[in-house]
Amino acid sequence: MTPPVLEVLGLSVEFATDRGPLRAVDGVSFSVAAGQTLAVVGESGCGKSVTALAIMGLLPRGVRLGGAIRLLGEELLGQPGDPWAGRRGRDLAMVFQEPMTSLNPAFTAGEQVAEALRLHEGLSPRAAMDRAVEMLARVRIPEAARRAAQYPHQLSGGMRQRVMIAMALACRPRLLICDEPTTALDVTVQAQILSLLDELKRETGTAVVLITHDLGVVADHADQVAVMYAGRIAEAAPAAAIFARPEHPYTVGLLGAVPSIEGGAGRLASIEGTVPDLRAPPPGCRFAPRCPFAGPDCEAQPPLADIGPGHVAACWRAPLDQVLAA
Amino acid sequence: MSALLELDDVARHFPVRDALGRARGAVRAVDGVSLAVPQGTVLAIVGESGCGKSTLGRLALRLIEPDRGAVRFMGEDLRALSARALRARRRDMQLIFQDPFASLDPRMTVEDAIAEPLKLHDVVPRGAKRARVAQLLERVGLRPEAARRWPHEFSGGQRQRIAIARALASGPKLIIGDEPVSALDVSVQAQVVNLLQDLIRDLGLTFVLISHDLGVVRHIADRVAVMYLGTIVEEGPAELVFGAPRHPYTRALLAAVPGHGARAAPIEGDPPSPIAPPAGCRFHTRCPFAEAVCREQVPVLQGQARRSEVAAGGSHGSAGQEHLAACHLQDRLPPAAPLQERKAGGDRLRRLQAHFGAPAPQPETTGVNA
Ligand SMILES: Nc1ncnc2c1ncn2[C@@H]1O[C@H](COP(=O)(O)OP(=O)(O)OP(=O)(O)O)[C@@H](O)[C@H]1O
Ligand SMILES: Nc1ncnc2c1ncn2[C@@H]1O[C@H](COP(=O)(O)OP(=O)(O)OP(=O)(O)O)[C@@H](O)[C@H]1O
Ligand code: SF4
Ligand code: SF4
Ligand SMILES: [Mg+2]
Ligand SMILES: [Mg+2]
Repeated sequence: MTPPVLEVLGLSVEFATDRGPLRAVDGVSFSVAAGQTLAVVGESGCGKSVTALAIMGLLPRGVRLGGAIRLLGEELLGQPGDPWAGRRGRDLAMVFQEPMTSLNPAFTAGEQVAEALRLHEGLSPRAAMDRAVEMLARVRIPEAARRAAQYPHQLSGGMRQRVMIAMALACRPRLLICDEPTTALDVTVQAQILSLLDELKRETGTAVVLITHDLGVVADHADQVAVMYAGRIAEAAPAAAIFARPEHPYTVGLLGAVPSIEGGAGRLASIEGTVPDLRAPPPGCRFAPRCPFAGPDCEAQPPLADIGPGHVAACWRAPLDQVLAA
Repeated sequence: MSALLELDDVARHFPVRDALGRARGAVRAVDGVSLAVPQGTVLAIVGESGCGKSTLGRLALRLIEPDRGAVRFMGEDLRALSARALRARRRDMQLIFQDPFASLDPRMTVEDAIAEPLKLHDVVPRGAKRARVAQLLERVGLRPEAARRWPHEFSGGQRQRIAIARALASGPKLIIGDEPVSALDVSVQAQVVNLLQDLIRDLGLTFVLISHDLGVVRHIADRVAVMYLGTIVEEGPAELVFGAPRHPYTRALLAAVPGHGARAAPIEGDPPSPIAPPAGCRFHTRCPFAEAVCREQVPVLQGQARRSEVAAGGSHGSAGQEHLAACHLQDRLPPAAPLQERKAGGDRLRRLQAHFGAPAPQPETTGVNA
């Protein structure tokens, strides 16, 4: 069997802060196969971006990392030198939420895409620019040749995000990480970008990690889902199973907290309280202070256990049918 | 007419200048909007970034002046009021902003922040101030001890509760919320949406909700106005605008909301520049139904029932069940695709979610709006 494109095993990330160590990611595991999209969801601060940066090898020096990150079967963590050098941009690439901060304002859109091609594919400047215009057309930027000569500030938010995607996909990476790629965009433009990503993924067989807090986006675009809470995976399953049979109380609450356009004016399920401070997380299950099903046993940390085909949950009550029967 | 707030053909343009400060045209941020918000109802204003929602909200409160048109509050033209009369009116109209981190002064305790409008408008005698603040805090679900703390000690959701308490302090009749829950995380957003719903119902508030989140709008609004490039393209009761949208842009907006199995984008292209909006129907550059007439003639915002009356020059309000759209083809469009219900989790999920039931709404014993 071919190994998954990406395998993350027991990843932990700890920052040193003025007020003591902060473990932003604590024992996170998942894998993504070629041509699949894994969505990582969870509330602000649960560790989604830190996980992404760890995979990309972009965390600052001095951050304590544990566990394993395997790309195409090869271990990246704890290797001598910079194992990401030569891979970034080529084997793995990332699209960030705010394209304005990740594009260079001093270079035109075409130059930035061409630069990626020159660097990784060794194309001549002329050939690289031709391919860049081709890439901009592929991400459906109208009048690609004219837009290629424009600077980022002359482009709309949606077009800038398309340029970022063109850059990230220029060298057909095996793994693409998208961190909230459409959060800053309007819904109609968001729909365009996400369907574009789906299409490109189908063509290239790229494995995609899609970080989002929008469960609607997950429902439409993900094959697998990992739900994170306070630095840990609460539940992971095929996307259809997460919506049909959520097995972690946090997932249940989350699904009920999102107001939907077909719903009436009923009350939303509300997860009371707030996410814990990661410098002093509650012992045991981190969701316990907000969980309606919590009991004394929840003071011990529940393991991420198998509860169905490809379905794992970290909860002493899973499968939750127990609490309904009670 | 019993409208608390009425806008009549209101427009506001912002001049655009080049690097040398020369005028280079104008952004037509709000370009001829008429609306009426009946007492005790919730009107939502939706639309994509830059379509003029915030500008419209600020015009309605007369925080900025319109270039043309009238804004009437309780039948009174706000433009005709003296500065002093306007200040007195301010007590009845409050604004809640998107960013709870920016809207509170970091050097004011929570008590001072909430009491400021009380002092400004002489709402309660000095001695009763503290009790009133405690009452307001309780109303928004915070403990009275919060009064002596500073804004930075609170989470985003708690700060938005404080901002809401402050907006309620003067006992306003009208509140405009400009993306009041957009900066909050889903679980906290649900708490604040539930709180807003309770307050609107218990205090009989008239509320204008500015939001780009159609899910939040569906939950709170009685009526919905859809804006595109400075104009209203559709307006009507929430269940009709969502269930039987009459304007192609509204349909595209709804179809673009993720989570309904639609993997393809409903419309292509970005919204055009508001400096030079397309002639005729402003949506024709992206509209899948556009015909020749759409490029030439500006469609009028009108409803089926009242079309003849509007054509005859009668002014239209937006009370009751009236459903208006600005589209030449609104009576000829194919029926809108029904919204796919998302009920994958079914009864099991509903029963599990019942355990997350929000605390029962508080009875109106605090009498905040008395
Ligand atoms: N450089 C850093 N130093 C210290 N703490 C950090 C650093 N970067 C992130 N953190 C902390 O790590 C935690 C996880 O952050 P992360 O950015 O991964 O959250 P996220 O899930 O991406 O949230 P959001 O949805 O807001 O983007 C947060 O508590 C954050 O404050
Ligand atoms: N003070 C101003 N000076 C110049 N232009 C302005 C000003 N205020 C708003 N605009 C412009 O007017 C248009 C409408 O802006 P407005 O803030 O009302 O939009 P909005 O619908 O609230 O958008 P968003 O959803 O992004 O908040 C935009 O093109 C904006 O750039
Ligand atoms: S382990 Fe206990 S506290 Fe944690 S989610 Fe399950 S029931 Fe709730
Ligand atoms: S008037 Fe024409 S272009 Fe405008 S929305 Fe209707 S059909 Fe589309
Ligand atoms: Mg993040
Ligand atoms: Mg706005």
